[in-house]
Amino acid sequence: MNNFNHYYDSEEIRRVVSVIVLNEDNVLSRIVGLFSARGYNIDSLTVAPIPQSKYSRITIVTNGDRRIIDQIVKQLNKLIPVLKVNEHQNVIEKDTVLIKIPIDQDISNIDVIARAYHGSIQNVSDDAIFISATDAPSRIANFINVMQKFNPLEIVRSGVVAMER
Amino acid sequence: MKMTGAKIVIESLKEEGTEVVFGYPGGAIMNVYDEIYKQNYFQHILTRHEQAAIHAADGYARSTGKVGVAIVTSGPGFTNAVTGLATAYMDSIPMVVISGQVPTQIIGTDGFQEIDAVGISRPCTKHNYLVKDVKDLPRVFKEAFHIASTGRPGPVHIDIPKDATINEADFEYPKEVDLPTYKPTTKGNKKQLKKAIDAIAEAKKPLLYIGGGAVLANCSHEIRELAKHTGIPAVETLMARGVMGHKNPLLFGMLGMHGEYAANMAAHETDLLISLGARFDDRVTGRLDQFAKRAKVIHIDIDPASIDKLVKPDFPIVGDLKNVLINLLEEIEEVELNDFTSWVNALKEYQQKEPLRYLENSDGSLKPQWVVERIGKLLGDKAIVSTDVGQHQMWAAQFYPFDYPRQWVTSGGLGTMGFGLPAAMGVARACPDKVSINITGDGSILMNIQELLTCTEYDLPVINVVLNNNYLGMVRQWQTLFYENRLSQTDLSIQPDFTKLVEAFGGKGYKVHTKEDFDIALKDAVASKKVCMIEVIVDRLENVLPMVPNGHALNEMTLLGDK
Repeated sequence: MNNFNHYYDSEEIRRVVSVIVLNEDNVLSRIVGLFSARGYNIDSLTVAPIPQSKYSRITIVTNGDRRIIDQIVKQLNKLIPVLKVNEHQNVIEKDTVLIKIPIDQDISNIDVIARAYHGSIQNVSDDAIFISATDAPSRIANFINVMQKFNPLEIVRSGVVAMER
Repeated sequence: MKMTGAKIVIESLKEEGTEVVFGYPGGAIMNVYDEIYKQNYFQHILTRHEQAAIHAADGYARSTGKVGVAIVTSGPGFTNAVTGLATAYMDSIPMVVISGQVPTQIIGTDGFQEIDAVGISRPCTKHNYLVKDVKDLPRVFKEAFHIASTGRPGPVHIDIPKDATINEADFEYPKEVDLPTYKPTTKGNKKQLKKAIDAIAEAKKPLLYIGGGAVLANCSHEIRELAKHTGIPAVETLMARGVMGHKNPLLFGMLGMHGEYAANMAAHETDLLISLGARFDDRVTGRLDQFAKRAKVIHIDIDPASIDKLVKPDFPIVGDLKNVLINLLEEIEEVELNDFTSWVNALKEYQQKEPLRYLENSDGSLKPQWVVERIGKLLGDKAIVSTDVGQHQMWAAQFYPFDYPRQWVTSGGLGTMGFGLPAAMGVARACPDKVSINITGDGSILMNIQELLTCTEYDLPVINVVLNNNYLGMVRQWQTLFYENRLSQTDLSIQPDFTKLVEAFGGKGYKVHTKEDFDIALKDAVASKKVCMIEVIVDRLENVLPMVPNGHALNEMTLLGDK
């Protein structure tokens, strides 16, 4: 017999959802508007055209319980310009970060640390040094933590892109 | 052939078979109105407010099943239309609404009467378009009508900048739509259906839970057949009134917050809830974790997002309800079902124990429920009943003897006061052989009162029956029950003279205190073929009962005898 109390596990889960949409006016506002109207979370969002097609891929990192995640997928599918929605279970995720560090910091170790996170020094100017790294989102978060001790002037993250394994 | 965007709009509407458009002109849409002046494909009905144009197109769509069409101008014309769009969206009504926009080169400069219309309509339409290039207009119209009327229906909004109505393009109306990203599922999954039938075969207390989707899918016949063939009893939501027909012995009335005792008890006790185009709205389920808690659930819906949204069904079936039911009827022929007589008899006992009822006043003052019943007795299936929102709406839903689907036109999801009169205009235009009745309240009727003039101008003989209790009755009822009777801003003792009011707009008015006067007034109103207002002075403090208080389970009803 049913018990509507226990329909869904209320445990919060993190999910990467990719949405294939027609490249047209307003399409991003439809996606973002849906999330705000229905109270869903967006942790990260990236958009880029899919080469040689009239479509774009939007990669959204979101969280919620099972019911919310199911609804996100279904509600996205209802939008007219949405071709396909994939809720990924097993993905390769990549996030890129750019960090600007003042040149007066003790920077002798930076290159070594950056390489540990698949990163490198990109550029050096009169007053700052620029580092980039691309890695799994959780590792990028760690890298940013580690880099805090160099008193970064600015940190820019790209958001997550993902591909099913 | 080359023609202007404005002319393309007209030709596209013609291609879609549009016979009437409701609207209101203004600066940005003038080129389209110039073409409306020159054409004779369709009638244009000038409402006196843009909100009413949308509701009228909505009433037209609800009563016919066709796509309703409305046209408004940019800026305030469009913002006035938003309530109408949201009303139609919440009840899944097929409509195409066209709005003017400032010229493309002005967009984004805060031009006169500029507003981001597609930005506003996005969350309250099924889809919307901003058509900057005149060449896109034919395709957009073809898609708009297709999207509005297929899958789960809904309103589609087309915003057209003024320059796109002046510019010229070749007009060739597409024969087909090319929408690779829009393919609604219409055929139900056969395997799932098989499992659902197995569940029906095992059930001892199954119940058909019928929603507005049954009206939209035009499958009243199939549902009546299913009930007849299987003997499974049925309940209807507010939006489904008329699907089973009031004479049907297997119909146990409306369920929900103001549902009948037997209907709510049926939902509480059923062991197999068969949801047909219903969406488990909070006004229907009461406390969700108690709703039909003994039941397995079959949920048939065209919208995959309706399934699992609130209730996780054991047997979800996505598809057009009519298609699924046709398959179901075929397959269930060969299945041996349990005998549901004792289950139906148990519901009949509930019905006899607590029928829908009200107490007559000894002083002869009129009860609002009596008025609704009386309209039903005098007009029955000859009337199509529209309503506004509030106590009168619930009494109409409870006490009117609905015979067929699309006989009932009400704003269920959004609950829009001011809907009734303009919607009843749309009904009057769509169904001239019927009597278009608007059962309304003294609060709601004033919210689009200007439309009396539209009725007069276009000979739309809407009969407005105002159940006047000098209160904003439903809010007053909640204040009495849940706010220790602090009647904050709900006393409507200061009122217009409704008879003079309707006469000023060219109609006929009646003020009624007694049963005899009501009969005389209604008969005279029907015969007059004019827009009428019958103001009925009713018991001020009557409450809508039964009532399931917010947050309670359906079996926890306050009934007439309780105090």
